[in-house]
Amino acid sequence: MPALQTQNLTTGYTRRRQQVVVSSDLELELNSGELTCLLGPNGAGKSTLMRTLAGMQQSLSGQIDLMSQDLQSMSASERAKYLSVVLTERPDGGLLNGYALVALGRQPYTGWSGRLTQHDRDKVQWAVDAVNAADIAHLPLTEMSDGQRQKIMIARALAQEPTVMFLDEPTAFLDLPRRVEILRLLRTLAHDTDMAILLSTHDLDLALRTADRLWLMDDNGGVHTGMPEALIINGTFARVFHSSGVPFDANSGGFNIYESGRAVISVTGDTVYATWTRRALQRIGFTVVDDDRQTDRRVTINDQSGRVIWIVQTARGHTQLHTLEDTISYITMDPESTA
Amino acid sequence: MASRTQTRAALPVDAVLNLQSRAWLLLIFAGVLLVVFVVALSVGSVSIPLSQVIAVLAGGEPDRATWATIIFRHRLPRAITATLAGAGLGISGLLMQTFFRNPLAGPFVLGISSGASLGVALVVLGGGSVGAAMIAGVGFSRDLLLAAAAGLGAAGTMVIIMIAAHYVDSRMTLLILGLMIGYLTGAAVSLLLHFSLAERIQAYVNWTFGSFNSVTWRQLRILAPAIIAGSGIAFLLAKPLNALLLGEQYAVSLGVNLTRSRRWIITATALLAGAVTAFCGPVGFIGVAVPHLCRSILNTSDHRVLLPGVAIVGATMALTAAIIAEAPGSNIVLPLNAITAVLGAPVVIRVILARGNAGKVFG
Repeated sequence: MPALQTQNLTTGYTRRRQQVVVSSDLELELNSGELTCLLGPNGAGKSTLMRTLAGMQQSLSGQIDLMSQDLQSMSASERAKYLSVVLTERPDGGLLNGYALVALGRQPYTGWSGRLTQHDRDKVQWAVDAVNAADIAHLPLTEMSDGQRQKIMIARALAQEPTVMFLDEPTAFLDLPRRVEILRLLRTLAHDTDMAILLSTHDLDLALRTADRLWLMDDNGGVHTGMPEALIINGTFARVFHSSGVPFDANSGGFNIYESGRAVISVTGDTVYATWTRRALQRIGFTVVDDDRQTDRRVTINDQSGRVIWIVQTARGHTQLHTLEDTISYITMDPESTA
Repeated sequence: MASRTQTRAALPVDAVLNLQSRAWLLLIFAGVLLVVFVVALSVGSVSIPLSQVIAVLAGGEPDRATWATIIFRHRLPRAITATLAGAGLGISGLLMQTFFRNPLAGPFVLGISSGASLGVALVVLGGGSVGAAMIAGVGFSRDLLLAAAAGLGAAGTMVIIMIAAHYVDSRMTLLILGLMIGYLTGAAVSLLLHFSLAERIQAYVNWTFGSFNSVTWRQLRILAPAIIAGSGIAFLLAKPLNALLLGEQYAVSLGVNLTRSRRWIITATALLAGAVTAFCGPVGFIGVAVPHLCRSILNTSDHRVLLPGVAIVGATMALTAAIIAEAPGSNIVLPLNAITAVLGAPVVIRVILARGNAGKVFG
């Protein structure tokens, strides 16, 4: 049974008494123990969907079930025991230190004064440990880096012991190593605690590599769901991103950001040198093929016991080069290389 | 995960979240307040030795019989008023700073003092025969009339703000509304001032200086319950106030009923700031400075610690200002607001400079 399920859900908002529909007729399921990534172009309605599913915004119509209860008729305090969020808004937290901030996550379970029991403190410690933040949690928030602060915000959401956790672009302000760390952490948490985690992101590559499931939102607010690899194979990915004007390359699993405009060239060899020689040639506009019978422009890479040689064959002739840079400049000097 | 047997080893979380050291600081604060309170009883137009003050309070006979009368009739109501007013201003200032997430917010951001000043201006400047009777000065009835006018003005503003808060969601709108009410009442007051006689203007200006001196035992029967009720509401709000440190969206996700919390925060502020303004005039700076002072000394943003903190420190600051206003050793009484500004402004400046920027000061 999914942790969260929608039926006929229409999201949007009311402006000047006019309903503005963002997404309509959504039938979605969020599974326990899975990390789900929500991808899609800006302005498609990712945040609206997330806020609606988190009960922070009214839907226009339809049903949202959270553990078989009607989410939209739950009070904020009931909801807080099942559902926690990490928002893009980054609170400065004043003079709160990491532990005090994580402890706020226990509010749904404490009495009127917010006093923590030993059990609550155990949970706070567990949440801090779970995000590997034990070494920094005593620091005030103002002294933390963006990545550390984001871990603390995740620990706070975790201390709420939610069934479902929503994260709105949790990696937006982080550098690449921190993004990898946070995503890996969230996947582990989903698997280990049997939580359902939904996070929105623009990190296509990371999402493809870490998510158990993807929700792919198109320009019209429609959501296509499935295993990441399956969505690539069946062409959904290419279709969704094609409409935004960026061709998706199913072979590499990334966007095709190269512009063609030069001749066809073949690259043979199967070392890491060949891979990156192909990339370099694609970047400057060549169409690279593997089969050297399709063209008379050829690069062959020989790795002779650690000494790498690029053998280049063009209309001008035939030469051997020792670095990638020399190879590229030799090939581009050929006036006929521009198709 | 740690087992839940009785002999759980202490975790790092226990040491960091321990509030006992803060409880000690609060006790020290309370001790200082007690000392300042006694000193406040000794200063005034007649200087009474501290030993005699303590003797009178202990129920003994002072060296001069009039001293007991002075203390019970004048000094004690004044000191109690200053204590209540300071606590009320400190608490309402903290409520507004957290609610608006703005370090410069204070008890009067919602326009309470502006509404009160218009009420007072209407009575003093525009009240014709009523105003004339007031300048003639008829004992406590004059003060009571002022209090009623200020209270009505403050209440009127709060009704407008409450209605607005019911319909608009944005705190920023409320903040701007409070500001605009201030400008509008300011315009009305300056018109009234423009067409008034000099002595009436003087009476109005005196009210704007603020004072703890005119509150009698009888008036304390209204002021005290209002402050106690307002403080009680504020203490019950400690948990949602802590959640609001993260912003309204996070607070809702933690289970806070935003509409209800907002309504009670405004009610508590109205009670506290409204009652103080009605009886003591628009006493400035304490409400803005004290929360900053407490955050920096107590080094926390936790309202369970800050609320008692600002109440005690606010009371201490108000009493100190009252003592200085009496200009001990002289026969003059200085305007209270001049003193609170001189005490309060350096606090705000120091705290802001020490922290690097205002955003970080505020919690």
